[in-house]
Amino acid sequence: MTTATFSMQRIDPYSPPAEHLRLQQEAPVSQVPWRNDTTIWAVTRHADVRTVLGDARFSSDRSLPGHPTFAGYTSASKLKNLIEMDPPEHTQQRVRVMGEFTVKKIAAMRPRIEQIVEETIDAMLASGTEADLVEALSLPVPSVVIAELLGVPFEDHSLFQENSAAFVEADATPEQRMAAMGALKEYIGGLVADRIERPGDDILSRQLAAGAPPEELTALGFLLLIAGHETTANMISLCVATLIDKPELLQQLRENPALLPGAVEELLRYFTIAEVGGLRLATADLEVGGVLIPAGDAVFALCNTANRDAEVFPEPNTIDFTRGARNHVAFGFGPHQCLGQNLARLELEIVLEAVIRRIPTLRFAGTFDDISFKEWGPNYGVYRLPVAW
Amino acid sequence: MQLTANRATCIGAGQCVFTDPDAFDQDDDGLVLVLRPEPAATEEIARATEAVHVCPSRSLRLVESAP
Ligand code: HEM
Ligand code: SF4
Repeated sequence: MTTATFSMQRIDPYSPPAEHLRLQQEAPVSQVPWRNDTTIWAVTRHADVRTVLGDARFSSDRSLPGHPTFAGYTSASKLKNLIEMDPPEHTQQRVRVMGEFTVKKIAAMRPRIEQIVEETIDAMLASGTEADLVEALSLPVPSVVIAELLGVPFEDHSLFQENSAAFVEADATPEQRMAAMGALKEYIGGLVADRIERPGDDILSRQLAAGAPPEELTALGFLLLIAGHETTANMISLCVATLIDKPELLQQLRENPALLPGAVEELLRYFTIAEVGGLRLATADLEVGGVLIPAGDAVFALCNTANRDAEVFPEPNTIDFTRGARNHVAFGFGPHQCLGQNLARLELEIVLEAVIRRIPTLRFAGTFDDISFKEWGPNYGVYRLPVAW
Repeated sequence: MQLTANRATCIGAGQCVFTDPDAFDQDDDGLVLVLRPEPAATEEIARATEAVHVCPSRSLRLVESAP
């Protein structure tokens, strides 16, 4: 039995794996080895990635036999959640919850998120002159934001935060991870049960009122946490590391803070951290970029490589805060495109603004080369980011 | 030009509002609302075209107005 697997190994932390870029040039839709002696169709061009992700016949249902799963990214629950459903089930649940994440409603969260970020930075600065930024800033901010979104009462915040941090802790054993996950699910289940008795002004209560079955809501609450916590945290760390590593970029933002939203968008494109979101199973014979993918085959729409497609993004490997490209696929494409994208953008913008303003002397405690990157996912990021100020 | 949205397929990602807040909004349920159904200036048409392109559920259309 061979163990050959499509490699996610990167030579350069700022670039997608060289093999993926080579495929984009030479064989943009091609079958490559996958886990357990299987194969998967690697789809690498921007247009083709949109074709795959835009067509729900490329299924997200991980319970289907042959659906590709990623190591460490298997279903967190026997109960299906939004991200692993196909229409019409998916549409029904998404339509019920999407009103919570509109551009306007998320924008209204700005003052509270600013406060959370200021307090988190206060605590970090008060702790000394060095810290692991991942632990001190990147993980706590999105965790508190999601806790508040779900209506976790303040006295439970630390329990919620400790378990959500333990769930993604780099050094955790699988047992520790499972324990943290169990605790979180139990907690969210309890929260849902409590809202049935005592409705409040929060997402869970409103979803219950809209007719969501309680067990479905527990799965949704947990999904919001796993989809919105580590992803946002990884982006915060990568953005800060990039700004320290490339002072000319930092300088641009210092001189012209109005560039910030464009910078966030460009860094989302540049890192495209949630690439495992592009795994699908063909449920019909479907053509992609002139190649026929037969029903039953596994497909990997490689968003990170697609976001470096020179036909769509001129000079794709340059970080350009004025690029203004909104058609990147860092949040995916099609029916599953990130529900929390407006929240993620807002959190990143607020965090970067505050870091630049409040910690002008921020630097690596080691060097850029000391940083170890999460190449094998599920999401790209850094394990630790030792910084000093 | 005529700008229309299919509210039956919209998944409320808000990409349109994010791209062109003058032309689009979302109602309380997250569904798209077209604020400027007849973009005319070149700039308006360019932004509407971009929004049509980025909509993840391909729910937006921009077509020539009937004469
Ligand atoms: C920078 C941060 C983030 C990135 C890069 C990101 C990326 C993605 C991607 C690529 C998908 C599509 C997955 C697929 O096609 O199967 C997705 C889906 C999703 N994301 Fe995010 N995400 C981020 C932050 C968030 C936040 C903050 C939340 C909410 C609190 C969130 C909630 C969701 C949900 C619920 C889905 C599933 C939507 C569906 O299946 O209809 N994400 N995200
Ligand atoms: S971009 Fe498309 S899916 Fe998103 S809100 Fe607008 S119309 Fe709906």
